[in-house]
Amino acid sequence: MDAAVARPLMALDQERIKMKVSDLNFYYGKFQALKNINLQIPEKKVTAFIGPSGCGKSTLLRVFNRMYELYPEQRAEGEVQVDGENILTSKEDVALIRAKIGMVFQKPTPFPMSIYDNIAFGVRLFEKLSKSTTDDRVEWALRKAALWNEVKDKLSQSGTSLSGGQQQRLCIARGIAVRPEIILFDEPCSALDPISTAKIEELIDELKSDYTVAIVTHNMQQAARVSDYTAYMYLGELMEFGETDQIFIKPTRKETEDYITGRFG
Amino acid sequence: MTSGDHSIRKYDEELEAMRSRVLQMGGLVESQVRTALVAFETVDLQLAQQAIDADKRVNEAEMDLDQMVNHVIARRQPTAGDLRMITGVAKAITDIERIGDEASKIARAVKWLHEKGGYARLNRIPDIKYSGDAAASMLRRTLDAFARMDAVAAAGIIKDDQGVDDRFRAILRQLITFMMEDPRTISAALDAVWVAKAIERIGDHAKNVAEHVIFISQGWDARHQSPEAIERAVAKA
Repeated sequence: MDAAVARPLMALDQERIKMKVSDLNFYYGKFQALKNINLQIPEKKVTAFIGPSGCGKSTLLRVFNRMYELYPEQRAEGEVQVDGENILTSKEDVALIRAKIGMVFQKPTPFPMSIYDNIAFGVRLFEKLSKSTTDDRVEWALRKAALWNEVKDKLSQSGTSLSGGQQQRLCIARGIAVRPEIILFDEPCSALDPISTAKIEELIDELKSDYTVAIVTHNMQQAARVSDYTAYMYLGELMEFGETDQIFIKPTRKETEDYITGRFG
Repeated sequence: MTSGDHSIRKYDEELEAMRSRVLQMGGLVESQVRTALVAFETVDLQLAQQAIDADKRVNEAEMDLDQMVNHVIARRQPTAGDLRMITGVAKAITDIERIGDEASKIARAVKWLHEKGGYARLNRIPDIKYSGDAAASMLRRTLDAFARMDAVAAAGIIKDDQGVDDRFRAILRQLITFMMEDPRTISAALDAVWVAKAIERIGDHAKNVAEHVIFISQGWDARHQSPEAIERAVAKA
């Protein structure tokens, strides 16, 4: 199979590109997990990554904010440009990059501290704000994450006391609070019940008016519901990238068709 | 179109059952149309009744298929080729059912003609017979194209509809001439107009089904385009 180059689409041509991935290769030690990925992620849109387990979609997401650097044997070659700057070689503090490119994980990961501090913690790392400005920021982030009404009377309670869905929205609020430009979601709903899932999906839809969103999901229907663009990955390659409607109604490649219609494997 | 099997075998069985039910429904309608046309040509009341009675089974098939379509959408969240198959089937069966209705109309006209007696052999106008044969053949080939998901054949059928439409206008002119020459034929001639119109509609519906076949197999919308443009696009896809 050829490495698929993202096909230029009419609609994508008209988008402002937030992130441009060029000739990206990624290795876990000797194992090559991503093969020559070329991709453009449009600004203020939701881009979904789908594909079977081990296809490299989560790996790709972890490259987008240099999360892989936590592990010495992992390395990336190529470019990931955000607004024209290659973040892989950027001299900028990696913590700042991760503040700009936030990430929400599969399992909610609240800090073992109060709901308020879960959000204020990150903000304090990057900004010196007065108490009242911090209060405002916490409220703003919780409102953005559609959690404010549920927690406004118990901000001093532990973040871990919330339900799974609430914890996940708390993590989203925590990510938003440091004013990122891009939010990466790695299977954000796989540990949640359908109602919590629906809330997160609705939230993702609202977030895209301010942020560029990339989401990895095993749930194809979720990709179909929430995304504007969809990338199908297989064995470390980007097989097809296109508008979500096009991918789910008339994919170009047979491999994509077989996967999304459940004829895989 | 997708080939190969789903990981979930039951899903394959459901799609296959849907596909064969459409073909079965198409077969019913095809024989209903032919029966109605022969009944008209020979003013055979028994055959006419047979065509009218067949409509019940066609309607049942449509309702069955509607249920199958809803079931698959609700249970399987179909995508890509499967999705197009299902939306295509949902639309195609509406057209096929209407063809059944048109066949019933022809059969009912046979009864009126028979009641009137002296119908001046208007039922034997060659153009009506040719037109009926052409529409019936369009229907048969459309069902073949559906069975094989053959977009090229479908494009050919769409082109043929022009001929059926043209012939309808020719029949109309002939019948108007009859009516002007001999006003006693007006009543029977109107029945014949009714039949010719039903035949013309059968052609239209067969053409619609052919358009659905193109959508299912190639994923683009062939409606509201010239037959020539469709032919070119099908060849290119």
